[in-house]
Amino acid sequence: MSAHQHPHEEQDFLFKYVFSQDHKMISKQFLITGFIMGFIGLSMSTLFRLQLGFPGESFWIIDFLLGSWAENGVMLPDKYLALVTMHGTIMVFFLLTAGLSGTFSNLLIPLQIGARDMASGFLNMLSYWFFFVSSVIMLISLGVEGGAASAGWTIYPPLSALPQAIPGSGLGMTLWLVAMAIFIASSLLGSLNYIVTILNLRTKGMTMTRLPLTIWSFLITAIVGVISFPVLLAAALLLVFDRSFGTSFYLSDIYIGGQVLEHAGGSPILFEHLFWFLGHPEVYIVLLPALGITSEIVSTMSRKPIFGYRAMITSMLAIGFLSAIVWGHHMFVTGMNPFLGAVFTFTTLLIAIPSAVKVFNYITTLWKGNIKFSPAMLFSVGLVSTFISGGLTGLILGDSTLDINVHDTYFVVGHFHIVMGLSGIFGMIAGVYHWFPKIFGRMLNNNLGNVHFWITIVSAYGIFFPMHFLGLAGVPRRYYTNSEFPLFDNLFDINTLITWFAILAFFGQLIFFFNFVYSALRGPKAPQNPWKGNSLEWTTGVKHIHGNWPGEIPTVYRWPYDYSKLNDNGDYVTGEDFIPQTVPLADGEKDGGEH
Amino acid sequence: MIALVAIVAVLLVIATAVQILKIAELRATESGKEIYEISAKQSKAQALLLMVFLVAYFGFFAWQVWKWGGLMLPVSASEHGVGVDELMNITLWFIIPVFIITHIFLFWFSYKYSFSETRKALFFSHSNKLEMFWTIIPSIALTVLILVGLSNWNKIMTPVASEQEHILIEVYGQQFSWTARYAGKDGKLGRASVEYIEGVNALGIDISDENAKDDKIVKGEFHLPKGVPVQFVFRSQDVMHSAYMPHFRAQMNVVPGLKTQFNFIPTITSEEMKKITNNENFEYILLCNKICGAAHYNMQMDIVVESKEDFEKWLAEQKEFSAE
Ligand code: HEM
Ligand SMILES: [Cu+2]
Ligand SMILES: [Cu+2]
Repeated sequence: MSAHQHPHEEQDFLFKYVFSQDHKMISKQFLITGFIMGFIGLSMSTLFRLQLGFPGESFWIIDFLLGSWAENGVMLPDKYLALVTMHGTIMVFFLLTAGLSGTFSNLLIPLQIGARDMASGFLNMLSYWFFFVSSVIMLISLGVEGGAASAGWTIYPPLSALPQAIPGSGLGMTLWLVAMAIFIASSLLGSLNYIVTILNLRTKGMTMTRLPLTIWSFLITAIVGVISFPVLLAAALLLVFDRSFGTSFYLSDIYIGGQVLEHAGGSPILFEHLFWFLGHPEVYIVLLPALGITSEIVSTMSRKPIFGYRAMITSMLAIGFLSAIVWGHHMFVTGMNPFLGAVFTFTTLLIAIPSAVKVFNYITTLWKGNIKFSPAMLFSVGLVSTFISGGLTGLILGDSTLDINVHDTYFVVGHFHIVMGLSGIFGMIAGVYHWFPKIFGRMLNNNLGNVHFWITIVSAYGIFFPMHFLGLAGVPRRYYTNSEFPLFDNLFDINTLITWFAILAFFGQLIFFFNFVYSALRGPKAPQNPWKGNSLEWTTGVKHIHGNWPGEIPTVYRWPYDYSKLNDNGDYVTGEDFIPQTVPLADGEKDGGEH
Repeated sequence: MIALVAIVAVLLVIATAVQILKIAELRATESGKEIYEISAKQSKAQALLLMVFLVAYFGFFAWQVWKWGGLMLPVSASEHGVGVDELMNITLWFIIPVFIITHIFLFWFSYKYSFSETRKALFFSHSNKLEMFWTIIPSIALTVLILVGLSNWNKIMTPVASEQEHILIEVYGQQFSWTARYAGKDGKLGRASVEYIEGVNALGIDISDENAKDDKIVKGEFHLPKGVPVQFVFRSQDVMHSAYMPHFRAQMNVVPGLKTQFNFIPTITSEEMKKITNNENFEYILLCNKICGAAHYNMQMDIVVESKEDFEKWLAEQKEFSAE
């Protein structure tokens, strides 16, 4: 049961804006916190790109922003690693996990399934505040003695376990672990709530096969998260034990700082297994919501049903399942048993099949559509492009034989930024453009949105496509500079070009942030159903009310994709090219895309 | 002062942008529309830009191949590496056409079916035939890739049989340098562990082990014979490293507490490679490819491949461990 049944409850400021239990407010909180973290992560990447594009050159801005992390305007090598680590952590977890799922699961689940709120408003509020505290601790860790965690976002021990090995593995790493433990709690609270809400609180008539694909994607994402995040928590806890209480889960045979450590019998490989048991599904925790969001947008803006609704669900289920048994492809060169390597190659390449099905279904949805290019639609088309471009190089990395030579090189950096980073970002931004009227009751400016899209896609490919070439030339990732190797001397131009595109990308996002803030405060008032969508969220008023619908929750009679449905005379069934889910089926009309 | 000017400038830009937006909104309302409505013309303009982008994207791709293609790793200098490169080519021949075709469809449909007031979209929600088709086609393609890939993988990962002629080398990683240890005449490496590290015995070799006496330790660069299998074993002193020898398509993590191994047969000497790459200064290298600390970006060792005779001469000149 939802916590509050009274639509018009008086609330004072604190409970309305801060400790809100209303899913729409919590969604806003996630969005804004996520974007602030994302902006910090983006700025970090721009800074370390300066170092990579112009190694050793002095920059005023680096001096100004990094303080003791830099000397004479040049960042220090170990602080470069701290920036990379924090950039990766923030982008993957804070922006694209909590920011993305937290915003859209919270906003859309109750609105699209026809519920007054989440199953537990209280847990939902806790989920946000855990996330908030976790973000704050993560940011504080930037300022502590020794610097922030510097062992890469994958924090492999022993590097992450031993402050003697790198200064960031002192207090910085401790705070990283604390922040992530709280983050995981937040994620679990959120996910459990999403699952329960979707399964139990659907309105009358809303069967599982009448759910919009967004909801399916959030459901599968939440399940994947509930299965895999606890394993990361366990991994992190054991690491805490090794760091602070002298256990040896991950450590053995180490001589460092002039002495032999007492740890014996542990294995860093164990940590890698545990980490990637979350780490790989995490990729899909980022991707699936983005795919769900764009499925909805592509269908609505093309005025066509999404092609292959059931195939889309099946693919997502298959991806969700397979994502749990492919983690070993991150460990082909750790000395794992070659037979195990073969198994992981097999399962990894299998994922390509449902992924391909999804791509073809997107493209077929466009075919013979009547497509309106809103910024959301542009970003959705962009997502299909990045999903293809990045997914295909996955076939190289997933093949153990080929991975021997490209593992941990810039080829990987190019691959995962395109397939996960860009697809995730594009999906999230598309969602913001599309549902901004639902979130803030106002419209974003389309012209600025279009400019934002074009700058973003051009600079994104400008940054990440050339990285494949660096990788194929043998350049490792997590290198402070490539200037120590004569082998890489000819590659300077590539690095400089990438950095220029990174600067462009940074400024492109400022346009978006401006549009976002301006429109949220002063933008034109939104109509109730600006994109003429079928799903239930567009039956709620522009002004947010507690409980979402003033009277009864509407009943649902059909799937959400009846766009451009014609009757036997060749006319639109209802006179318009869309039929909301609340419109009963006509006599003899079939549901679910059947004729 | 600079900061103040910068802040004022930013504020001015924002204020101007706000004014422009306001004016645009007013003009739209005057012409009886809302500013957020998207006309067929506006939609078409974006669709056109998508087509331009498609061409530019392909152009960018081709430009990169043309401009940087020559900077990629040269032909493989190891026997198994040829197989790796072949598999890479097969995969690329599959990937690139798929990349091009799907992008053409994606952008062409976007352009062609851009919004028009008069057209009706087609209500086309599924087709079992089509969906079967594009489940089966990738499945077949992937089966081929998996089979070819795995047969290569099994070959590469099999250790050299001990009775076969081969060289045994231990590659030792520490923050932030590499050391190589040759097994010497007996073909066996002496026992070693961090426990024994003391003074000059930086690799922690057990002095009491007979097998250790003739081991040879080299720093700076190490040599390999052309045409002879080289069995590498890896050992780390502190954190994880990764021994990456890109020209030989070889990489293996170096893990404290775990013995890892890899083997390959070098097929091209350093001198020959200088000719192939047209670069007199060409050197094979071993570099660290697992984040290992502040100077991770500079943990390297040169590799020299030479004929078997030259190699044996070089090795004979190296000091035995017991002599140190
Ligand atoms: C303009 C935007 C971005 C730029 C210029 C950028 C650039 C980079 C570069 C150059 C690296 C490699 C650094 C190194 O290995 O030395 C890196 C690492 C990484 N980035 Fe980004 N990135 C951007 C956005 C993103 C996004 C959106 C994500 C979200 C998935 C992301 C996630 C990561 C991760 C996980 C790493 C690996 C960190 C590690 O090695 O521990 N980045 N980024
Ligand atoms: Cu993975
Ligand atoms: Cu190293």
